[in-house]
Amino acid sequence: MIRYIIRRILFLIPVLIGVAFCVFTLLYFTPGDPARMVLGDLATPEAIQEFRDKEGLNDPFLVQFGNYLYKAVFKGDIGRSYSTKRPVMTEIMTAFPYTLKLSAFAMLIAIIIGIPCGIISAIKQYSWFDTITMIFAMIGLSMPVFWLGLLLILLFAVHLRWLPSSGFSTFKAMILPSVALAAQSISMVTRMTRSSMLEVIRADYIRTARAKGQLESIVIGVHALRNALIPVVTLCGLQFGQLLSGAILTESIFAVPGVGRLMVNAIMTRDYPMVQGGVLFIAVTFSIVNLLVDLLYAYIDPRIKAELR
Amino acid sequence: MSENLENVTPELVKRKRRGAFAEVLFRLSKSPLAMFGLAIILLLIFCALFAEAISPYSPIKQDLMHMFETPSAEHWLGTDEFGRDILSRLIYGARVSLQVGFIAVGIALVVGGMLGAVSGYYSGWLDNSIMRVMDVLLSIPQTLLAIAIVAALGPSLMNLMIAVGISAVPTYARIVRGSVLSIRSMEFIEAARAVGSSDLRIILRHILPNSMAPIIVQSTLGVASAILNAAGLSFIGLGIQPPNPEWGAMLSGGRQYIRDFPHMTLYPGLAIMFTILALNFLGDGLRDALDPKLKR
Amino acid sequence: MSENNNNNLMLDIKDLTIHYETDSGVVHAVEGLNLQLGHGETLGLVGETGAGKTTTALGVMRLIPNPPGKIKSGEIIFNGENLLDKSEADMRKIRGGKIAMIFQDPMTSLNPVMTVDKQIAEMIKLHRNVSESEALKLAGDMLELVGIRRERAKDYPHQFSGGMKQRVVIAIALACDPELLIADEPTTALDVTIQAQVLELMKELKTKFSASMILITHDLGIVADICDKVAIMYAGRVVEYADKRSLYSNPIHPYTNGLFKSVPSIDEDVDELPVIPGLMPDPMDLPKGCAFHPRCALAMNICSQEQPKMCDFGNGHCAACHVMAKRYEL
Repeated sequence: MIRYIIRRILFLIPVLIGVAFCVFTLLYFTPGDPARMVLGDLATPEAIQEFRDKEGLNDPFLVQFGNYLYKAVFKGDIGRSYSTKRPVMTEIMTAFPYTLKLSAFAMLIAIIIGIPCGIISAIKQYSWFDTITMIFAMIGLSMPVFWLGLLLILLFAVHLRWLPSSGFSTFKAMILPSVALAAQSISMVTRMTRSSMLEVIRADYIRTARAKGQLESIVIGVHALRNALIPVVTLCGLQFGQLLSGAILTESIFAVPGVGRLMVNAIMTRDYPMVQGGVLFIAVTFSIVNLLVDLLYAYIDPRIKAELR
Repeated sequence: MSENLENVTPELVKRKRRGAFAEVLFRLSKSPLAMFGLAIILLLIFCALFAEAISPYSPIKQDLMHMFETPSAEHWLGTDEFGRDILSRLIYGARVSLQVGFIAVGIALVVGGMLGAVSGYYSGWLDNSIMRVMDVLLSIPQTLLAIAIVAALGPSLMNLMIAVGISAVPTYARIVRGSVLSIRSMEFIEAARAVGSSDLRIILRHILPNSMAPIIVQSTLGVASAILNAAGLSFIGLGIQPPNPEWGAMLSGGRQYIRDFPHMTLYPGLAIMFTILALNFLGDGLRDALDPKLKR
Repeated sequence: MSENNNNNLMLDIKDLTIHYETDSGVVHAVEGLNLQLGHGETLGLVGETGAGKTTTALGVMRLIPNPPGKIKSGEIIFNGENLLDKSEADMRKIRGGKIAMIFQDPMTSLNPVMTVDKQIAEMIKLHRNVSESEALKLAGDMLELVGIRRERAKDYPHQFSGGMKQRVVIAIALACDPELLIADEPTTALDVTIQAQVLELMKELKTKFSASMILITHDLGIVADICDKVAIMYAGRVVEYADKRSLYSNPIHPYTNGLFKSVPSIDEDVDELPVIPGLMPDPMDLPKGCAFHPRCALAMNICSQEQPKMCDFGNGHCAACHVMAKRYEL
């Protein structure tokens, strides 16, 4: 198991370098001279030349990428924001807790609502509960997060005045953004749990458990659920990535000071190091979450655990 | 015995004669939700094709005498902050959304499909290197990747389609590779190889047609997520630029007036939701129709 | 048929009818089935795929998946009590405790995320008043009994071969000393060499536990090997029921005859095996009268009109056939 973890971490390194390379390349070829961005339109050509030399902007592409990577890995330095002039890392680290909290909260909501709904839907297949749940899940899946956010604001903040429409400092303020962000994931988790459960409850080993004279609640709750949740765990990992990027829209609607809003502002002001840093940071977080999910997966499925020995 | 056979044969023949495509359509027509989805999509395609003829007003003409009007007999869905007719903008917006959805998926399908087919067909280093690149792309959440690409290319309709398309490439590459891998080992491929068919011919004539089912389903659902992604990008200002009508951008524009004029955000949102809903219903229906074994 | 010795019977199924009500029609899986089993007997339930053998077995366990399956009518008398009248709670005590079942495919019959000893212990804990640790110890005993080393108790199903898995399934079934064991094609999914071992084991354990057994199979060779009685099923009904010897020496029903003829014989050298013409009827659309008449070379007019009754052709050898009843003048 330890060897597997180490192997997975080692495998992560080239992926992350690849991500960094993609992000770096994308923004390297973006039109616009970073020197002029930083120094402003009034800077003299000499000043610009000096800046380019100092920042290594005249170096060949690969050297620049090497430097970027070196600084990112060993100094935690992924550039400076054009607009605030502060290190991108500092800005992101200030904003990240909000994004993480928002995504984690949304994930939690998705799991708490999605898994039970999926289970009930599966064991009561074709019942009214199943039908209504599936229609709601489909609507949730089709609802753009930014529109749902606006609707929630309209209803709960403007009309009912129950909850604040922006910010993320109090628990009350966290409710609307988390729910808006969670909607798609709730639907995904519900649908996945249902279909996985439907497959499992037809399995022979479920019949074996019934033939033992086991209580139906244990047949479903222990034998079926444990098997049915295996694919759901993977889905949750993938959903977390969706949540992180969904947070970009949610944060800008609810004015949550997270990485997403930071990035949207950076895109608007063409603050490329910030965009670069944000994408890289979210991709790294996503990769780490997926690694954790894979490890969890190996833990709950003995068949995979055995393969790893 | 002969009597028994006679009983069986006509039915079998009838089913056979219908052909695979008709059989799928027949099964699809049995699903009310899928038909509902198909109807909405056909309606949207109609709107997109004949926008000039059916929209009551110009989508971009400003009318400052009629700003922020709530729905009325003249303006069925009201007007926006420049007095533009919202219904007309929605109708023209269908054109943009469908265009983005289909072209983006087209890009993803062609690029991803080729990579996946090649990767699955020739295992070994080529497969390995293609899939490692896909792994890298997959480790960036799709929306984020699209944002990064548009941010780099600059906001425009074309760049939006490219960004949304490219960000979906790994998904298609994986699906196609998976089905190619499972089909490649089947005997009829061996047979084709034995009679001396070229690799390209085997891929195009035998493998791709046989991996169509998951690709069709994924493409339908993919159009939905492409439209959703594009609307999201437009919402944060990375998509179609004003004054062109686009649903996400309309939502974004109506957002600051939401307290007083919620109709400006309500209708574009409904348009997006029903489009996505319709595509999702159709995709689900297609999945069931293409593979009856999966239906439950 | 044998109406006089009912009290000796362990299992007496009367007119059992089980339907699956699907979107495309009603599947008549079991249709007016009658079957008897005495204490300590082994009954072979033989028939083609789709004849309703597994449905019958699941019916006895009251494990017909519902929806779409439904027991429409009939009685299943087990030790003098009708199982169809039992509450679900009572049934749970009977399942595993009194009647245990071995399923067809050992590959999928075991829970993949549970160690095998836990799966055996689960059965023991349900039907005996023992602690967790005792149950696990007994589970280890059961494993040894079926020929698996105790050290492997903590392994997961995927770590065993198919034959070993079926041994585990047998261990689960026998863990609580059931009176009746229903084995649904226990060896079909196994390699031929393993089949013999598993059958041998079942035969041995059946004697050791003095249980009765219903062995579902389509293999007449297996029946000859371990059964006392044989029931031949066709399209949801038992068409012939007899002592093994009597059936093998003197098959009566044309379908049974067809089955025997289609088994290759070592003694005779034939170029082509005779097959029964035609196919099993569609269980959604059973022919009127005797379900076998469209395939039967001897069919008379009445065969397509009237359902034949079970008649005793002597010494409890029963068959349901108009033609034969007429020939034997019954």
